[in-house]
Amino acid sequence: MTPTLSVKNLRVEIPTRRGTLVAIDDLSFDIAPGEVLGMVGESGAGKSITGSAIIGLLEPPGHVAAGEISLQGERIDGLPPDAMRRIRGRRIGMIFQDPLTSLNPLYRIGDQLIETILTHENMSHAAARAKARQLLEEVGIPAAGERLSSYPHQFSGGMRQRVVIALALAADPDLVIADEPTTALDVSVQAQIIALLKRLCEDRGTSVLLITHDMGVIAETADRVCVLYAGRMAEIGSVQDVVKRPQHPYTVGLMAAIPSLTMDPHESLAQIPGSMPRLGAIPSGCAFNPRCQFAFERCSAERPEPYPTTSGRAACFLHDTGGSKLPPVENARRAEKAGIAVKGRTEDTVS
Amino acid sequence: MNVAEIKQPASGTVPSQETLVEARDLRRVFDLSRPWLNRLIEREGRVTLTAVDGVDFSIRRGETYALVGESGSGKSTIARMVVGLLKPTAGSVSIAGTDVWAKAQAAEQRAMRRRIQMIFQDPFASLNQRWRVQSIIAEPIKAFGLITNPADRAERVAELLSLVGLDPRDGQKFPHEFSGGQRQRIAIARALASEPEFIVCDEPTSALDVSVQAQVLNLLRDLQQRLGLTYLFISHNLAVVRHMASQVGVLYLGRLVEEASAQELFSEPKHPYTRMLLDAVPDIAMEGIERRSIAGEIPNPITPPPGCHFHPRCPRVMAHCKTVIPPVEHAGNTSVRCLLYGST
Repeated sequence: MTPTLSVKNLRVEIPTRRGTLVAIDDLSFDIAPGEVLGMVGESGAGKSITGSAIIGLLEPPGHVAAGEISLQGERIDGLPPDAMRRIRGRRIGMIFQDPLTSLNPLYRIGDQLIETILTHENMSHAAARAKARQLLEEVGIPAAGERLSSYPHQFSGGMRQRVVIALALAADPDLVIADEPTTALDVSVQAQIIALLKRLCEDRGTSVLLITHDMGVIAETADRVCVLYAGRMAEIGSVQDVVKRPQHPYTVGLMAAIPSLTMDPHESLAQIPGSMPRLGAIPSGCAFNPRCQFAFERCSAERPEPYPTTSGRAACFLHDTGGSKLPPVENARRAEKAGIAVKGRTEDTVS
Repeated sequence: MNVAEIKQPASGTVPSQETLVEARDLRRVFDLSRPWLNRLIEREGRVTLTAVDGVDFSIRRGETYALVGESGSGKSTIARMVVGLLKPTAGSVSIAGTDVWAKAQAAEQRAMRRRIQMIFQDPFASLNQRWRVQSIIAEPIKAFGLITNPADRAERVAELLSLVGLDPRDGQKFPHEFSGGQRQRIAIARALASEPEFIVCDEPTSALDVSVQAQVLNLLRDLQQRLGLTYLFISHNLAVVRHMASQVGVLYLGRLVEEASAQELFSEPKHPYTRMLLDAVPDIAMEGIERRSIAGEIPNPITPPPGCHFHPRCPRVMAHCKTVIPPVEHAGNTSVRCLLYGST
């Protein structure tokens, strides 16, 4: 089956006066029809730039320097602006972080929805209005018929994000890119919005690229997860594997660092020493090697290729030889607690 | 993953029975009215927002008291009233027996201020970017006149920098040369400079990435253990609170709806709001629980619902919830403001 979205060897460069920054370096992934792919990473890892590159909205001077982006088998990178406009909204829907900035404050909700529908579909104004109303009902807005004539400021944050979801789904796109859709919302509302997005995309068979820094959201929503570090892919795999049995030392550290409601509160959180390098100063070889407790000579000399793992790929030399595995997340925490840093390549695989 | 010195978590220490901070019936009302002439012409009344509505709590020496709540619940307003940045409309806060706001105790207040410090959410905004790090950290020492000899002061600054895990030579640099996590360490060093007993941490990690968040949380726990600090820890992240706190208060629209020890609150939440919050929050544990999300959203705090503020969203709402403001009830070691736990 053709993947809905296929990204191959994507490279995004940002030329500056002090040299060219490589924001995305050799990133490849596919999203199958109906699949939710989570994209995680810390700030500056290149999550949002990936999203912008896909819909062709990279801010100049940033540009796609190499690689291919295909939507259902057709190349969409490097399309003329007109052709890209027809894809945006019609075939790729977009949900941004802050619902207040993605809605026009001067237009009624209904007019914004109708405009979007009429841009992409050939129907009468009355039919578009009926569809707008139906969309609002679907995203769970009470009294949808009356709310069509409300302005964005008359909605609460969660309701606005529902409207934004309705806008993104108005033209039945093949792919929805959701960039931090819940970050601006309160915790009690986040769960509602995630459940809604997941249900609607399941019903329609829409693929989703879910960009977020919140691992909790990913763990409960995504089918597969792609972990980015300094613009490069650290690891991609099924959500169970990435959360429970991560295959890249960075992911192991990341997972052990997140406080969970189920862990023992007396345990210390694992720490990754240091912080992510700036784009201008990415270390040679594996970008993670200065912070990695498993690093050996080869890591600073050569850049690791993604090696196959049980459910995906991991860019780490530990997988080059096959057999050796990383400790599961709980062990990383336990080692931390006992004051023993796990040094070198561990051969034991406790499962 | 190699900071080995943290062997015993701070919450393992037994807090003493001595009460350090006590807030009694704390209230804060903000006046959001338009200017009087506009009100006169447009025949509007006054508009007020009750951000904090009668909150009582006490913090024992050496413990971490966490306030959790969503936006608009009044957590930051309480923090600002406790440290003395915002005057309460009614009620009192006292720290080690000294009232923070009473005029009669001005002399004691000056002495007490040195013992309270605050760590803010955004380390990009809380450090003066035109000052070198050593001047930032030395300022409280100078302001309180703790060390007058410049050489001794520089030594103390170096000591503070190494205490928070930075290099003493970093004092020469400017804040922009540091990452978010390192800046938060500088803010912590500055807070420790006046040798405080009580530190208010207002969302200290919510502007940080997760791997850095873990570093800062571990540092705070470690410092508490080593220096015997007392924290008022404010956060909206339940997992972080569970990791840090010994006692937790849950706020909803300015009222403390539930208060219990962390262990009790997370194992046996009593108030329907706390229960739903714990059910709704996405977590990385992946137990495959179907999440039941909380219906509706936080109402506008200018016009909160009558009776119990939570009743429009509550799954166990009863007729009198809409009219009666629930009093504080005791269920086990938990104080809860819910009519379900009424003594009748």
